[in-house]
Amino acid sequence: MIRRLLSNDLPRSRLLGVLLTVLVVSLALAPLLFPGAKALAVAAKVLVFVLLVASYDLLLGYTGIVSFAHTMFFGIGAYGIAIACTRLGASWSAIGIGLLGALLTSLLLALLIGLFSLRVRAIFFAMLTLAVASAFQTLASQLSEWTGGEDGLNFRIPAVLGAGYQWRDTPLTGLGFSVPADGRLLAYWGLFTVVCLAFLLLLRIVNSPFGRVLQAIRENPFRAEAIGYQTVVYRTLSVVLSGLFATLAGALLALWLRFNGPDTSLSFELMLDVLLIVVIGGMGTMYGAWIGSALFLLAQNYLQGLMQSLVNPLADVVNAVGASGTLEGVLRWLVSLMSPDRWLLWLGVLFILSVYHFPAGVVGRLRR
Amino acid sequence: MMQSSRVPPDLMLWGLIPLLAGLALIGTGSPSTWLTLTVAGLAMGMMLFIIASGLTLVFGLMDVLNFGHGVFIATGAFVATTVLGPEWFGRSGGWLLAPQAALQIAAVLVAMAIAMGVTAGLGLVFERIIIRPVYGQHLKQILITMGGMIVVEELIKSIWGSQQIPLPLPEALRGAFILGDAAIERFRVLAVLIGLVVLVALSVILARTKIGLLVRAGVEDREMVESLGYPVRRLFVAVFVAGSALAGLGGVLWGLYQQTITAQIGAQVNVLIFIVIIMGGLGSVTGSFLAAILVGLMANYTGFLAPKLALFSNIGLMVAVLAWRPQGLRPLTTVR
Repeated sequence: MIRRLLSNDLPRSRLLGVLLTVLVVSLALAPLLFPGAKALAVAAKVLVFVLLVASYDLLLGYTGIVSFAHTMFFGIGAYGIAIACTRLGASWSAIGIGLLGALLTSLLLALLIGLFSLRVRAIFFAMLTLAVASAFQTLASQLSEWTGGEDGLNFRIPAVLGAGYQWRDTPLTGLGFSVPADGRLLAYWGLFTVVCLAFLLLLRIVNSPFGRVLQAIRENPFRAEAIGYQTVVYRTLSVVLSGLFATLAGALLALWLRFNGPDTSLSFELMLDVLLIVVIGGMGTMYGAWIGSALFLLAQNYLQGLMQSLVNPLADVVNAVGASGTLEGVLRWLVSLMSPDRWLLWLGVLFILSVYHFPAGVVGRLRR
Repeated sequence: MMQSSRVPPDLMLWGLIPLLAGLALIGTGSPSTWLTLTVAGLAMGMMLFIIASGLTLVFGLMDVLNFGHGVFIATGAFVATTVLGPEWFGRSGGWLLAPQAALQIAAVLVAMAIAMGVTAGLGLVFERIIIRPVYGQHLKQILITMGGMIVVEELIKSIWGSQQIPLPLPEALRGAFILGDAAIERFRVLAVLIGLVVLVALSVILARTKIGLLVRAGVEDREMVESLGYPVRRLFVAVFVAGSALAGLGGVLWGLYQQTITAQIGAQVNVLIFIVIIMGGLGSVTGSFLAAILVGLMANYTGFLAPKLALFSNIGLMVAVLAWRPQGLRPLTTVR
């Protein structure tokens, strides 16, 4: 049964299996296990990222295509929901229209970019997506009448998913927890279900004959072409599929946050995060999305505080040493590298090191 | 391996520039505005060319796609702020307020030279650490050069701060020449002049020297040059370093042109540079020159006529060019 569900693509490592089970179970029970708004927000973001990263893995890990426009599709999904809900009010039909419109937009854009650049030369794709994504970002902030510009859009969603709605009079209680049975809980579990289903679908796709062709193209495009597969068609389909799943992830994010702005769903930094998670989790493994997203978001949300608590003692040490002149400047600079503002620096270093020494990521390492 | 069977003569390619300019003249309807825009476009094109020439050669020679080229632009610009900055020599106002115009221009030239030196050094390190281990692996190259760009960008932020900082023009280069009704900014003229110097120098080196001959031969067919006993690897390092230095120079010019700079300046210019080298035909210096001028003109014309479409217009231009010539304006004879 589980084998069928996972499309016969099991974790293939006992430790990985245990880790994944623990992760999925704790995400499912996150509202009960880790009370508090921040913990729930982190858990929800992990879920959205799982889908976003898994969809990117289809492209990067399985087809071997680098795209910098993945957050563009993510943003289209988020803006689709946000714009529909602002214009049409907080109704299920608005969400449906928004999602459908976003999926359609993504489909067309992905087809266009894919067919155009992949037909010419596969290597253009990375550069072209970079250009298109940045143009799209500019467009989103310029069309402020629709998108709210830099401020973004705050919107309402059906009350069933809000904190005001109680589906049980008494709170959920159990082994030491007591959580109000409100709509946020429903929203979280809805998010969890959709992400899990979409993930299983992605797993199904990469393990289908179609997925095998993608992997063949990744390994040797000339050979795949020679065997008789039209690589352009397969590559473009891969771009389209991954774009659609990213759109869904964006829509889920917007629904969960009830807000969307350029920094939430479109920024280039987000793209870098996704790249990093795919590489750390393990390219071409799908399961890497779970491990990578959890590791990354935990680090992003809790490690930065740790860095901050490191900086002050270090600064004290520099003061105590009593160095002066250039030496002091150099020491202060070194300490400043440890501050949470320079968080991206360490991510970049980690990224480079993992591409060198760790190209299969955590999952690949565990499977060895 | 050219895909289009009928190859238009070069004249037709160079004709694109006057064609675009002519269309813009009709569009703006005012010769003086048009002249201002054209000079601005040429200046921008020259800067783009200075930055892109190294990148396109690096790709042609070693099939290396450097997504981190932008860091050299940013580094060049930031080094210039320090060289020209007020803290230098303890003078309030720094070199920019030096009494004579000649001294001010000399200061800018010195800043450019220092920026080129620093970015050349950075290029050497970047090639050694980031690029050498991933020769021949496109996917890893893209990922790792992107990572290198993040790291250097963050280092820049840690040294110069993450906020916007000004890079003001010296007095002597501010203001404009008035030509009839048209105002032509002095700095833009300087940028065009420097661009021409770089173009001529590059053409002479590539066309008339042994090294240039080897570079061109290497771009055409690396294995052949290697089998004749020439160290293409070392040649490549030299080209990479030179390209980095040129990007640094371009960064100084770009910073002075924008007058304020942030650490993200490199990533912003990167987008335009990619459009330029794709349009020009990867590996082709003449092609990237032509494309850079077209992109610069297009950006300025649409920036005036339809500001919201500025970035899209360049993507549209690229799409049109690629639909016409899938390998770029001046493709190389071999395509790997």
